[in-house]
Amino acid sequence: MKIIKAEKIIKVVADLCLKANYVLRRDILHKLKLVYSQEKNSRARKALGAIIENARIAAKEKLAICQDTGLPIVFIELGQDIRITGDLKKAVLKGIEQGYKKGNFRESIINDPIARGKSGYRGAVIHTDIVKGDKLKITVLPKGFGCENKSQFKMLNPTAGEDEVKKFIIQAVKTAGPDACPPYVVGVGIGGSSDYAGFLAKVALLKNINAKRSKLEQDLEKEIGKSGIGPMGLGGKVTCLAVKIESFPTHIAGLPVAVNISCHALRSASARL
Amino acid sequence: MKRINTPLTEKDILRLKAGDEVLLSGDIYTSRDQAHKRLIKKLPFKIKHAVIYYCGPTQTPKRKIIGSCGPTTSSRMDAFTPLLLKHGLKAMIGKGQRSEEVRRAIKKYRAVYFLAYAGCGALISKYVKKVTPVAYRDLGPEAIYKLAVKDFPLIVGIDAKGRSIYG
Repeated sequence: MKIIKAEKIIKVVADLCLKANYVLRRDILHKLKLVYSQEKNSRARKALGAIIENARIAAKEKLAICQDTGLPIVFIELGQDIRITGDLKKAVLKGIEQGYKKGNFRESIINDPIARGKSGYRGAVIHTDIVKGDKLKITVLPKGFGCENKSQFKMLNPTAGEDEVKKFIIQAVKTAGPDACPPYVVGVGIGGSSDYAGFLAKVALLKNINAKRSKLEQDLEKEIGKSGIGPMGLGGKVTCLAVKIESFPTHIAGLPVAVNISCHALRSASARL
Repeated sequence: MKRINTPLTEKDILRLKAGDEVLLSGDIYTSRDQAHKRLIKKLPFKIKHAVIYYCGPTQTPKRKIIGSCGPTTSSRMDAFTPLLLKHGLKAMIGKGQRSEEVRRAIKKYRAVYFLAYAGCGALISKYVKKVTPVAYRDLGPEAIYKLAVKDFPLIVGIDAKGRSIYG
């Protein structure tokens, strides 16, 4: 049995927070540069140019890519042959606090969603999955709330079929419109239960956006492209960088669909121990 | 590309058309959700002719004037905006759409709504030359700061005639 000290995880998580917020994911930057070279609408092109320049400055000067350094969403894949000594969740939260403090990131987390009160660095959504083997994988996804606010979820009828699924996803993107920093990455969770579909939509955002896409993903990208929203909502053909779908078995009586929109600054970083 | 300075005169504003690109210099005030909730009860700075920037910056890193400081979603401030325009607010900077009510108020009070490059907070920090805390320090990133900006690139989202870039 492999033993990992919880203490060790603090620094790993802190470093992931810094990396995710300073350095735009390689797959995102690659796609941004590609669409920049293809965009003909001058306003849209200028907006894409600003986004690429922003990523360059952020990485070079160690400035947060976006002032909204997000609510940290942490994904832990814990190998079943590992024993953690100490408190894993406490270590993750401490790592986030240390990383965010070191990076001078924004204190965006409030303790009480209704009373609000003073904001700080304490708090994260932590998803833990037990997997085979003796590896520990930690991923930090700082999710900005401009785009998180545009999330949508619906329990469709089991007889709905692909067209209605598509319709729901496209209207979610159109509702977000220019508000949530397009070009978007559209994470979609289909199936499971209400809570699980939402989780899957987030997981979809972790996948390489330039990897091979399914026909449904490609169709949706085409349809969303036609909306004409464009970068910053200024028109042009690039409204989404990618649609990523995660599917899961579900019940005969339902068809849950969750849409989690990410702004162009889709940030995440992973480490393996 | 038009260059404009704060305080914005009526002449400056009336010359702007939705879609115009401008470079703004002068003083602007950050204010977002919680600050707006307080602003409509009591104004801690002179709102007449002022420019509000919907922004909650990160903390300021060492040897920097300000941290990442891009615009936040403007529509969350829609409910508070007509009253501020009535009191003389002349311009707002943010991202995304505004409500029909805000568009009409912008027209009525001859104001302007600008868009800043969204999700580009690191880049925008380069246009900020000075930061002065103004009010609500307890709100942390949502406090009101006066930012002295130089050639801040903006796009006119809604002009004084009520025309919107989003159609």
